[in-house]
Amino acid sequence: MSEPLSPLDEAGVGAAVDAALAAFAAARTLDELKAAKIDHTGDRSPLALANRAIGGLDKADKARAGKLVGQSRGRVSQAHAARQGELEAQREAEVLVAEAIDVTLPSRRRPAGHRHPLQLLQEQIADHFVGHGWEVAEGPEVENEWLNFDSLNFGPDHPARQMQDTFFVDPPASGLVLRTHTSPVQSRSLLTRGVPLYVVCPGKTFRTDELDATHTPVFHQVEGIAIDRGLTMADLKGTLDAFARAMFGPESRTRLRPSFFPFTEPSAEMDFWFPQKVGGPGWIEWGGCGMVHPNVLRAAGVDPAEYQGFAFGMGIERTLMLKEGINDMHDMVEGDVRFSATFGVMS
Amino acid sequence: MRVPLEWLGQYVDLSPYAGDWHRLAADLAGIGLEEEDFFGPAVTGPLVVARVLAMEPEEHSNGKTVNWCQLDVGEDSPRGIVCGAHNFAVGDLVAAALPGSVLPGGFAIAARKTYGHVSDGMICSARELGLGEDHDGIIVLADWGLDASPGDDAKALLGLDSTTLDVNVTPDRGYQLSMRGIGREYAMLTGQSFADPADGEALAPAPDGFPVELADTAPIHGTAGCDRFTALRVSGVDPTARTPFWMAKRLLDAGMRPISLCVDVTNYVMLELGQPLHAYDAAKLREPIVVRRARPGEKLTTLDGAERSLDPEDLLIADAGGERIIGLAGVMGGADTEVEADTDTVIVEAAHFDPITVARTSRRHRLPSEAARRFERGVDPALGPAAARRCAQLIADLGGGTIGPATVVGEAPAPRTIELPVAAPARRVGVAYTPDQVVAALEAVGCRIADKAEAAAPDAVLAVTVPTWRPDLTAAEDLIEEVARVCGYEQIPSRQPQAPGGAGLSRAQRARRTVSQLLAALGLTEVLTYPFTSEARSDALLIPADDPRRASLRLANPLAEDQPLLRTSLLPTLVDAVARNTGRGFKDVAVFEAGLVTLPGGALPEGLTFEPGYHPTEDELSRIFASVPAQPYHYAGAITGHWDLPGSWGSGRRAEAADAIDVVRRAIAALGLRAEVEAAAHAPFHPGRCARFALADGSTAGYAGELHPKVLENLGLPARTVAFEFDLDVLLAQAPERDWDGALSAYPVSRQDVALLVASDAPAAEVARALRAGAGAELEDIELFDVYTGDQVGEGQKSLAFRLTFRAADRTLTAAEASALREAATAVAAERFGATVRS
Repeated sequence: MSEPLSPLDEAGVGAAVDAALAAFAAARTLDELKAAKIDHTGDRSPLALANRAIGGLDKADKARAGKLVGQSRGRVSQAHAARQGELEAQREAEVLVAEAIDVTLPSRRRPAGHRHPLQLLQEQIADHFVGHGWEVAEGPEVENEWLNFDSLNFGPDHPARQMQDTFFVDPPASGLVLRTHTSPVQSRSLLTRGVPLYVVCPGKTFRTDELDATHTPVFHQVEGIAIDRGLTMADLKGTLDAFARAMFGPESRTRLRPSFFPFTEPSAEMDFWFPQKVGGPGWIEWGGCGMVHPNVLRAAGVDPAEYQGFAFGMGIERTLMLKEGINDMHDMVEGDVRFSATFGVMS
Repeated sequence: MRVPLEWLGQYVDLSPYAGDWHRLAADLAGIGLEEEDFFGPAVTGPLVVARVLAMEPEEHSNGKTVNWCQLDVGEDSPRGIVCGAHNFAVGDLVAAALPGSVLPGGFAIAARKTYGHVSDGMICSARELGLGEDHDGIIVLADWGLDASPGDDAKALLGLDSTTLDVNVTPDRGYQLSMRGIGREYAMLTGQSFADPADGEALAPAPDGFPVELADTAPIHGTAGCDRFTALRVSGVDPTARTPFWMAKRLLDAGMRPISLCVDVTNYVMLELGQPLHAYDAAKLREPIVVRRARPGEKLTTLDGAERSLDPEDLLIADAGGERIIGLAGVMGGADTEVEADTDTVIVEAAHFDPITVARTSRRHRLPSEAARRFERGVDPALGPAAARRCAQLIADLGGGTIGPATVVGEAPAPRTIELPVAAPARRVGVAYTPDQVVAALEAVGCRIADKAEAAAPDAVLAVTVPTWRPDLTAAEDLIEEVARVCGYEQIPSRQPQAPGGAGLSRAQRARRTVSQLLAALGLTEVLTYPFTSEARSDALLIPADDPRRASLRLANPLAEDQPLLRTSLLPTLVDAVARNTGRGFKDVAVFEAGLVTLPGGALPEGLTFEPGYHPTEDELSRIFASVPAQPYHYAGAITGHWDLPGSWGSGRRAEAADAIDVVRRAIAALGLRAEVEAAAHAPFHPGRCARFALADGSTAGYAGELHPKVLENLGLPARTVAFEFDLDVLLAQAPERDWDGALSAYPVSRQDVALLVASDAPAAEVARALRAGAGAELEDIELFDVYTGDQVGEGQKSLAFRLTFRAADRTLTAAEASALREAATAVAAERFGATVRS
């Protein structure tokens, strides 16, 4: 064993520091670093021994040696801490690499559920109108004939009443039908909510059509009615234009054509401009509308001299088919889970 | 209404459209005549007049004799064409389709080899050209009264180059079911003047006209079934006279079949003017004609050969003083007085019938005739004499004979006058129409306006007399529509109204979204099924005979006879969606449906009808609303196959009753509500695997569990399919419950475990409920973490291990306090279930 290092031996102390630093740098693992630390800072290390020897020096040497050894030990300690940090970070990184899994392995633990797009679209429509300060009204599907027809100015012999392909509840004298349109909610809303009135009613409707690619006996409509002082067909047009933009994009708008419905006068068929139409942009028939007939207001006890307004209605299935490019009604009504699975949040 | 444009052009100038008929169709749609169909030229290419120069019959091995013909088609040399028909001779003019022509149905003609020749075209039959059903022979032009030269364009000669628009006439506008009406609309559209083809000298009734009596003793709604009846005799008509080609072609284009001259003329004038007409064989008609209602038990054989039992509401044309029925007024004639091949004198009838009478008779006997269609929608009550005169004149012109005398009984009602404030159209439509525009628009549709000079005042009220052909114009709003229509709907500006601001979605609406989104997020897919079901389905679902769910409303006219009932719950139809998906190869299926069900209550109500515009009294309204059966909003779902799916991670787990129960529990929790789970035996569920969701007020929110094995077998569904159904409205009738007030406690919890020995059939939830009742307000949560049966607990017993979590609102519970609470809880379980603590 060589002579112990003198605490006054600057060159020797410097060499011990250099040796320690080199050993730390050479350590590739935390274990090696631990061993190097014992070698170079442990009780039996040259620097520890030199430190211990300071106590035996005379007063003048004590201060010089203390400074030399203290600073050297500090450098060694710092170097160790730095290397310790590096090696810990390296080990953590290695653990993460070792723990990696194949995230592309199948992860379908539960069937994926979906809403039906017809329901989602009705909610989207409701939200549009609620955003404009309207409310969402509802009514029953089995409806009294007075509400489904008479209150809407369809008299018993009105030709339009015969064209509605109505499901009647047995016996027909019961006066109950499956509502042929969402329009009875107009009368219900007028009777129960009063005026001013701004409501939409999405809902299920029924007509005696056999199921085919474009018809279904059970379908959905959305009805809108606004009654206030001073509403005109211009307000109807503006409401429909905004609705068309919400459904079919900012370039869409509507066009009115004269038509006939017992519960509106004037009446109109409504087309919307469809920028995404197959074969190029164009007009597509969307629904019916008009200024609410005075008899509808009278039947609900509203004075048509004071209040007037408009109503409109369109098919939800048709709207969905146009929006989403669906060709066959069967897919909408048969309940095949693949159908709903293709819709998320619609535009 | 099919509008042959060649015909329309007789009344108005079509040159502004210069053959651009699609633009015309679009413009007509703009005034309310929506395009239903568009029939362009039926034939394109060289269809020419040809003269038969030679024809050689050739018999072939298949037994058929064909003619090898040489035809002059106006070219330098004749063309050879093979023709299988034999109804022509050398020298006849025929229609030859040459190579390059395309016949109706897209049938392209080319030169082709047949029967040993190259046939350079085809000689056409009426059917091949869409000119009728005749296919026994080819068209010999002379037979049709047509003359031309070889090489002439046969398309023009036969009207095959013309276009017909089919426009949809809305049910209020009967006047548009005529060339007269369409012509008037066209003139209004283009600003042309319109000469009414019905105008002319009035038909003077003569004392020796065929006697007619109007004897309606039972008018409907006080309106006489017939208010005007014109009868006009045409004598000495040549029974062999044929309908000229031009008229037959117009009838065909308009969608009617030519029959015989007199019948064709009545149809022609109906299409022209809008007045349905009938021609009787005068020789078979006995004086006088009486228009009356049917008597009970009367029968009539109509022209279609059907014997019909008449209803006392049916309006009849009867002759011989009313004793013999000769027609259903406005709907269909009878066979007894029909015009036949030897008829030489006819009585033309042009009457005006009550729309409601005709509509009901037409529907009652399922006879939707062209006449009925017009009467139902309103025929011009002033038109009868002019139409009879026009009809008689055409018969006389085309078949010879002399006209007269005439009978006209009854009066056309005076034209209606409606008051219209001149400013009203602007107020309703939102376009600042000037008084001049309003007046001009109303005049354009045929209205007359008194004191036009005063219309300029902003507060002027116009007295508008509506034309007789517009029975639909009854109120100011109807006139406003005409103003808007004439001026154009495209003038209406777009302005969004400012609603006063609503309250957003209702609680029920928000609840539906919450629950539906939750069910989808849990893994169920939303489907929609039809609400039609049957007793057989209730049987398959093992619904007991006296179960209220069997009290379904029945449809009088179901789409399918085997599904006449309206569902009282969703599961009976939802299972079809499960079956459809499993049938399509899906093994793991989870679906739900949300919607109304119909629960009839008590006796069916009596229908109430009131006049349009009548505001029912409070009592009547409450009866109307009360008549509508309860229709609560339900949710139902079904899960079959795996609920935890199998995969590379393991074999998964098949759905079991607890999964369905858990779905409902989560839905109820998402609403902020609480329900207790109880064991129940409830179809269509497995009686030992069915949970009832009981609410605080004792009502039932719904059921969940495994479906009965027999039900699954009956429906062909996979074994162990689980399902649920609950009533959202019942849930929403509950007040939301909360365990805490003000603020959450932040004091530490104290957990106490206890294992209880109870009888093996004691429901775990009820034992837990007993513990909860005993533990008091400091119990925050209770969790069953182990169920044990086996040797260590003895026969007929089970061990339920619960973890009770206690937390006080105002302090940290000491160990002694927590133990005391546990013992209090255990004491109630001991009292209710004889539970002993297992140590």
